[in-house]
Amino acid sequence: MAKTVDQYFDDLRGTRVWRSIFRSGTGSSTLKRALAIQQNVFLHLFSTKVRTRMLSFSATWYLGTLTLGTFLILVATGIPLMLYYHPSVPQAYADTKDLQFVVSSGLFLRNLHRWAAHAMVFLVFAHMFKVFYRGAYRAPREFNWVIGVILLLITLLLSYTGYLLPWDQLAYWAITVGSNIASAVPLMGNKIHFLLLGGNAVNANALLRFYVLHCMILPLTAMFFVAIHFWRIRKDGGLYSHASEPATLRARAASGAAAGKEAQ
Amino acid sequence: MADDNKPTNGNDAVNRRQFFAKLGLGSLSIAAAGTAVFSYQFLSPNVLYEPSPVVNAGKPDRYPLDSVTLDVNSGIYIIHSQEGFFSLSAVCTHLGCLTAWKPELGIIACPCHGSKFEQTGKKIEGPAPRPLPWKRIWINDDGDLLVDRSTDVPPLQRDSYVRV
Repeated sequence: MAKTVDQYFDDLRGTRVWRSIFRSGTGSSTLKRALAIQQNVFLHLFSTKVRTRMLSFSATWYLGTLTLGTFLILVATGIPLMLYYHPSVPQAYADTKDLQFVVSSGLFLRNLHRWAAHAMVFLVFAHMFKVFYRGAYRAPREFNWVIGVILLLITLLLSYTGYLLPWDQLAYWAITVGSNIASAVPLMGNKIHFLLLGGNAVNANALLRFYVLHCMILPLTAMFFVAIHFWRIRKDGGLYSHASEPATLRARAASGAAAGKEAQ
Repeated sequence: MADDNKPTNGNDAVNRRQFFAKLGLGSLSIAAAGTAVFSYQFLSPNVLYEPSPVVNAGKPDRYPLDSVTLDVNSGIYIIHSQEGFFSLSAVCTHLGCLTAWKPELGIIACPCHGSKFEQTGKKIEGPAPRPLPWKRIWINDDGDLLVDRSTDVPPLQRDSYVRV
């Protein structure tokens, strides 16, 4: 009898190599399933058990997951783009043109990077509004709201720093204007402007600084805070779902007890 | 359904779940193959910003008779021998270091691992596995010596020299 696809996967999970990587073992008992999550370096950030209503579309509209999806697309498209882009004044614009017209699939990757960036900004805001209007920012999730605000700022800074990299007129003047906004900070505004650009005008130093911020510092910072953001979901009692909240459950229990008394 | 994976009729029949599992895995395999081709094409540059393999070595009278001249930038020797002008690659055939002409010894020597070559490129001692290759040399209409670094010619052959 022909093996089914599931049986092939079961065989694979039984092999010595697989067992040496994933210690939790095979089987579908509750314990084994919990261990599979708890013993995985990536998955252990999440709860080992989740209420199904927390995973329903209406609870979150999956906005946080979709934001993570766009972030992963941005990493996966951004790294290949770095292979053809030199962050230097004579080459940056020419390299961008080469990506558009010369490099195989360069146009596709660059446009995917750009559209995913727009989508990520949109989804981050949508996620924030959804959390706000559902009241999911309230205790015990206040700190995760703060982490979320930091992630919103990092998202906007990633957009802003990426904007300069094509080194065209749009980029140049956008960063000129944007960095002058930073000079409006009281007392140390001019210093911030000077440090951000590595000089007094948008030039070679500014391009290199924005490149390092865009490709190294901000993505690493984002990953750091995303990890905390996910871990806090578990620590704060899972995703927000109104019907699962302790307050809702207490109220229901109270009204149930009251109804029970009346029936007696 | 208690047992979705069991075929409903006959041993080789495929039920709906198995069909969709195979369809899904098949699509993923096709997508993975496409991604591999896509990645290979992206990673291969379509335009190279590298110097031309053809080098202009200037007028022949720059090179006196019985002289060996290294052009460091293009990695070639221009040698003016009794038989005529010829050009040697100055890149050691061992691991690619730039060799140097030693006038006091009359040999070409590699500073990296000690390979030695005669003025004609013939190997004297290793570790280089092969002699230094001869490169195509000719004179253009302006009377300049040109060397094509991408084309090897057989050593010591009449046609491999250029005479002025």
